[in-house]
Amino acid sequence: MRILIPFYLLFLSLLSIALRPQKSKAESIAAGQEIYQDFCVQCHLSNGEGVSGVFPPLKASDYLFEDINRSIKGIKYGLKGEITVNDENYDGVMVSQGLDNEEIADVMNYILNQWGNQSEEFITPQQVAEVSKSTLN
Amino acid sequence: MIETPTETNYSYEVVVEGIDIPWGMAIINSNELLVTEKSGTLYYVKDGQKTAVKGLPDIYVRGQGGLLDVALHPNFSKNNVIYMTMGISAGENEEGGNTALYHATLNGTELSNVNLLYKASPNSKKGQHWGSRIVFDQEGHVYFGVGDRGNRDVNPQDLTRDGGKIYRLNLDGSIPEDNPFVNNSEAKKAIFSYGHRNPQGMVIHPKTGQVWENEHGPKGGDEINIIKKGVNYGWPEITYGVNYSGTPITNKTSKPDMEQPFYYWVPSIAPSGMAFSTSGVYKKWKDNLFVGSLKFEYLERIVIKRNKVVKREKVLEKIGRVRNVVEGPDGYLYLGVEGKGIVKIVPES
Repeated sequence: MRILIPFYLLFLSLLSIALRPQKSKAESIAAGQEIYQDFCVQCHLSNGEGVSGVFPPLKASDYLFEDINRSIKGIKYGLKGEITVNDENYDGVMVSQGLDNEEIADVMNYILNQWGNQSEEFITPQQVAEVSKSTLN
Repeated sequence: MIETPTETNYSYEVVVEGIDIPWGMAIINSNELLVTEKSGTLYYVKDGQKTAVKGLPDIYVRGQGGLLDVALHPNFSKNNVIYMTMGISAGENEEGGNTALYHATLNGTELSNVNLLYKASPNSKKGQHWGSRIVFDQEGHVYFGVGDRGNRDVNPQDLTRDGGKIYRLNLDGSIPEDNPFVNNSEAKKAIFSYGHRNPQGMVIHPKTGQVWENEHGPKGGDEINIIKKGVNYGWPEITYGVNYSGTPITNKTSKPDMEQPFYYWVPSIAPSGMAFSTSGVYKKWKDNLFVGSLKFEYLERIVIKRNKVVKREKVLEKIGRVRNVVEGPDGYLYLGVEGKGIVKIVPES
């Protein structure tokens, strides 16, 4: 019996990780706002409109809503080269900000539901974890 | 008002290609240089070919932090010692990171004797304001800056805390006996000046030997400062800037015990890098000050007469975000341009 105690403890700790309450969407959006103010606002601005031709808009951005995983990949690994957003071309560099998966999920949920943006999707850290460098654009 | 020249007698050539954020550089000679890429690579470049240097410490890349400046020891040609600033998270229990100064010996494309000389604390997960540039005076000191780490109300005015400071050490990392706060038992003894926001340009004035610095202010508050021992530069109690949102930070632009900037930019140019042109390579540029503009994507030429800025001019307008500018030992000005790499300004005969 005694020999089972470590397994029992291991089981309990795994269970507690699995049952750790996930943030609600509202909580994630609130956390994402802080991340946005810290890491994104300097270029994309507090109104999410960016700077035409230099920093692409996040507000009402076709690039964002066409493929959300593409933007997750951009935040996770950085993004450079030519992209077209709302019929305007951008050819800059966004470097990886060093955010972890949960922070990326939070800031995505914020961006997807701010400035009139609306999304049914709820981005989770697991979804961010599954986006890899080779995720197709 | 900044002027746009109607005629120019210079162009540029690309020295190193393919670096996203060439944060720092150190020119060894006309053929060899070191360049930092902010994401964590130090390149040794010879004749345009870049090789990643091995043996760097573990770098903490977050927000504006990562691998920052690199500089050659004043006696580099004999000892091959280099200095670097970077974000690291080592040595503390708190999550996050802070700015650190290292020195190391460069053997070809490998580092040895990698020594941590200073680590700002505590760690923080904030993305902002790490600084940092490295310069050396003639008296055997190394200077470097650390920004306020996004904690302006706590760090810059508190001598017991790191952040928002310019530091001075001996070349071996020890604290100079005549540093301004060595007799203050609570203070961080490496502090040389304080009340800074985010210093990202530093250079030794070629004639006076003083440390000149530029720093990112809030909106409308970017500054040039001449760094003096023990002096308080006022952030965030005095500033000419306002929050990015337009709301005020303070209504004070001066206080009796706080130093005024030598110059402040309206509008902000987002200054990074700083160099004096001391050579005769460029006509009419001798003794002018050069500062990179990240925001407006040009190099700014600043003419100073009788301690006043009398002329500002755009150089290489639209070249890209100018992260850095240094004068090489060959007298040429080298720029670090984001998304591009390193370019050299070449006079046209």
